[in-house]
Amino acid sequence: MMTNIETTPAEQMLGRLLPTRRTESFHYTDLRSLIREFPAPVITPETGGDNYKRIVDASRLPIFDGKFFDALKDELPAGVTLVQDVERPAANGLDDTLLAINGLGESDAFGVVIEGDATSEKPLGLAHMANSAGLTNVYHNVTVKPGANACVIDRYVSSDGIAHVSSAVVDLSIEKGATANWIIIQEENTDATRLARLNISLAENADLNVFILNAGGKLVRQEINVVVSGENANLDIKGVNLIGGNSHVDVTTVLAHSVPNTTSNQLFRNIMTGQGKGVFQGQIKVHQIAQKTDAKMACNTLLLSDDAAFYAKPELEIFADDVICGHGATVTELEDDHLFYLMARGIKERTARALLVEAFVDEVVEELESEPLIEALEEIIARWLEKNG
Amino acid sequence: MLEIKDLHATIADTDTEIIKGLNLTVQAGEVAAIMGPNGSGKSTLSYILAGRDDYEVTSGDILFNGESILEMDPSERASAGVFLAFQYPMEIPGVATMQFLKVAMNEQRKARGQEELKTPEFIRLVKAAAGDLDISMEMLKRPLNVGFSGGEKKRAEILQMKLLEPKLCVLDETDSGLDIDALKIVSEGVNALRSPDRATVVITHYQRLLDYIVPDSVHVLSKGKIVKTGDKELAKELEANGYANIIAAAA
Ligand SMILES: Nc1ncnc2c1ncn2[C@@H]1O[C@H](COP(=O)(O)OP(=O)(O)OP(=O)(O)O)[C@@H](O)[C@H]1O
Ligand SMILES: [Mg+2]
Repeated sequence: MMTNIETTPAEQMLGRLLPTRRTESFHYTDLRSLIREFPAPVITPETGGDNYKRIVDASRLPIFDGKFFDALKDELPAGVTLVQDVERPAANGLDDTLLAINGLGESDAFGVVIEGDATSEKPLGLAHMANSAGLTNVYHNVTVKPGANACVIDRYVSSDGIAHVSSAVVDLSIEKGATANWIIIQEENTDATRLARLNISLAENADLNVFILNAGGKLVRQEINVVVSGENANLDIKGVNLIGGNSHVDVTTVLAHSVPNTTSNQLFRNIMTGQGKGVFQGQIKVHQIAQKTDAKMACNTLLLSDDAAFYAKPELEIFADDVICGHGATVTELEDDHLFYLMARGIKERTARALLVEAFVDEVVEELESEPLIEALEEIIARWLEKNG
Repeated sequence: MLEIKDLHATIADTDTEIIKGLNLTVQAGEVAAIMGPNGSGKSTLSYILAGRDDYEVTSGDILFNGESILEMDPSERASAGVFLAFQYPMEIPGVATMQFLKVAMNEQRKARGQEELKTPEFIRLVKAAAGDLDISMEMLKRPLNVGFSGGEKKRAEILQMKLLEPKLCVLDETDSGLDIDALKIVSEGVNALRSPDRATVVITHYQRLLDYIVPDSVHVLSKGKIVKTGDKELAKELEANGYANIIAAAA
């Protein structure tokens, strides 16, 4: 385990370049004040770890402390090709701090190409596990080929008590007529900092479902940038953010509909406990030529603690006239009536609350297609609630 | 089994007194009917029995098997054997009916020191009880009460009662919203639970229900008090003449 971390001038400089609330998109997530000490990269990754468990039957690509361990991987499903050492996108000067951070140290950059539909039966797992304190980075470039049908579980877990800062940048391209489920599961420890970006491009007739579960981390910034650039493409983003303790979780999406006849639907359900802080920023840009765009966005928060707070900021920039765009954000508390009804049947208050809280997020989880995956996610959620509810 | 002694209760938020010195005793094995005009406090009384915290008991006591239940929360009362079939059962989105039934049954069993039910046994019990009440298993796959028709909700309440086997059953206008066949089915369900160690309180406006569930005693509730008590003939008299005379006589 890495114990001896020294911050070098490069990291110190980066720390100073982190965006502050003065940058509009970081208004609610002032990284410079939230990340006090920027650690040096982990040099010797460590494999294994108690929390490195399987949740569903998947072909896993193990990535420990940001490093891919080819020898430990499961057999690849048919149609999946790995491309080692892909070129990562260049940081645009130091303007984009995340890309600059992502390029530090010996982090891995590898690509995955998916053809056919083998992974829709048995998903491909990008199994990220942090075992060492320090900075780890990973870059993936994933292409789902025309007509393919893919399911990828992009999961982030860490050993308990390890203060790590991890960045992940993923470029995901869904090509013509391809269908994909992209599942992000973040269950890092409560000392972890995660800076993540998922860049998506959708070609003609592409159909992508993104599901994201945040059930861990101390500071999480998950960006999702999408360019819907092929006609008749459809994007669905569903998310569950479980935010408690002193965690700060920010999900920021930027969707550009740049051609006619595309649809997008975003739905987030957030549970706030303790002194959690949550942020959802959803920007939808509809290009002038993107007629018949149908873009919807909803963000519903269940506030279980007076000390927790959630900030939702929708932003619509619409330059076409024949479009349907809608957004809604709600913040509610548990209904006393519902609680009474359950308790009047002999269900203890704690259990009754848990049932109602789970119901609030299960409505989203249950829309996934895979039954084993639904069960696995519900179990993670139940475990989180047990600890934080 | 149930003794309500000079009970006074207010709406917790506003201090408005709704129950104003109510006395009622129901013996084990007894079926007591409570009748009374709209707004007289019947549902309020049922909620107070179940432990809803929108109401505050300001004086008096409620004894269940000789012990005060005022300090118990709703789940403790339910586990002790108090069951309220709601006048307006609530819809609870996202909570699957079957999951709810299983959790409720097992929590009560746990509270009583019994072993939890295994899934096959649970399913068997639910199927049998649902069959008796003409409830489809399809309906039970939906979220709790969500989109159930008025009558379906009432049947679902009785299903829960059958499965939970309470000692004190309080039925708040279970007959409203039921069609004629359903009224019969539900009444049979209630009668099947009649036993020497179980008491039932039936709140209703209509003799029709009491033709099926024949009461041992009938109590008239008016303005937060029981103003008259009689046998099943009292209900018939009310049906024929209304409340005016009785309430005027009591005042
Ligand atoms: N939470 C509350 N807030 C305000 N008023 C209330 C509340 N609960 C009950 N009340 C009032 O108390 C009175 C008694 O209501 P309750 O529902 O107990 O009547 P009821 O006898 O069941 O009538 P019904 O026959 O119409 O069902 C009514 O005037 C009602 O408006
Ligand atoms: Mg009533």
